[in-house]
Amino acid sequence: MSNKKRKKLTPTQQEYQDFASAREPKRPIFKNCLKAFLVGGIICTIGQGLIWFFMTYFDFNEKTAGSPTSSVLIFLSVLFTGLGFYDHIAQWAGAGTAIPVTGFANTIASAAIEHRSEGFVLGVGGNMFKIAGPVIVYGVFSAFVVAIIKVTIEMLGGM
Amino acid sequence: MEKFLWAFIVGGLICVIGQLLMDGLKLTPAHTTCTLVVVGAILGGLGLYDRLVDFAGAGASVPISSFGNQLVQGALQEAKRTGIIGVLTGIFEITSAGISSAIIFGFLASLIFKPKG
Repeated sequence: MSNKKRKKLTPTQQEYQDFASAREPKRPIFKNCLKAFLVGGIICTIGQGLIWFFMTYFDFNEKTAGSPTSSVLIFLSVLFTGLGFYDHIAQWAGAGTAIPVTGFANTIASAAIEHRSEGFVLGVGGNMFKIAGPVIVYGVFSAFVVAIIKVTIEMLGGM
Repeated sequence: MEKFLWAFIVGGLICVIGQLLMDGLKLTPAHTTCTLVVVGAILGGLGLYDRLVDFAGAGASVPISSFGNQLVQGALQEAKRTGIIGVLTGIFEITSAGISSAIIFGFLASLIFKPKG
C-alpha cells in the first residue's frame, strides 16, 4: 500500500495492514519465474515449429508466416480454454501462459463462455473484451503516438 | 534448428519479465500485458523489435509485446504508401489475423462450450 493512502488510515487500520501484509504468503518468485520461462519458452517453440511448417509446406515467407501461426495458436488456446485444460496450465505457469498470444485468446474465450448465461448479445458480445480490451486500447493508442512521432520526424527530413 | 533454441530462450525470458512484473511489482495480469504491449510499441518505433524477431523468430513474435510492434509496423507501412492518414488505416493491418481469429474462435467457443466450475 502506498504511503499516501496509509496516512489516511486510523492507527488501528494501520496496525491491521501491517498484520495482514506480514501474514500474506510470500510469493516464490524464483520458482514462478522458472515455470514461466519453461512454459513460455515451450509455447514460443511450438510457434517456431508452426512458422517452419507454414514456410516449408505453404507459400509463406518469414514475415507472412506470423499471421497463420498466431491464428493456429489462438485456435488451440480457445479449444483448450473451452475444454477446461487451459486454466489448469495457467495456474501452474503464471506469466508463461499469460504473456504469449495464447493468453490473449484465453481471456477472450473464457469471458465469452462465462457470460453466455446473460445472453448472446449483451452477455457474450458485451463481455468478450472485458479483460482483453485494455491490451487493445493501450496497444493502439501507444502505437498511434509512436507512429505519428516517427512519420513527423521522417517528414521533417530526419532519420 | 538454432532458431528453435533462440525462440525458446527469448520467449521464455519475455515471460520471465512478465512474471517479475506480476510478482515483484504486484501488477495484475492485465496491467502486465498492457505494459508489455506499450514497451513493444516503443521498441517497434525505434526499429529494435523487428531485429529481435529476425533473431529469435517466434520467441519474439508470439509474446504479446509483438502486438504493440505489429500495430506500429502496420501504421508505418501504410503511412509510407498513403501519407499520414495511413497511420489510422494501417494500424490493424498486420494484427488483423490475430484479433479476428480470437473473436471468431472465441464466439464459436461460447456457442459450443458451457462454463465450468
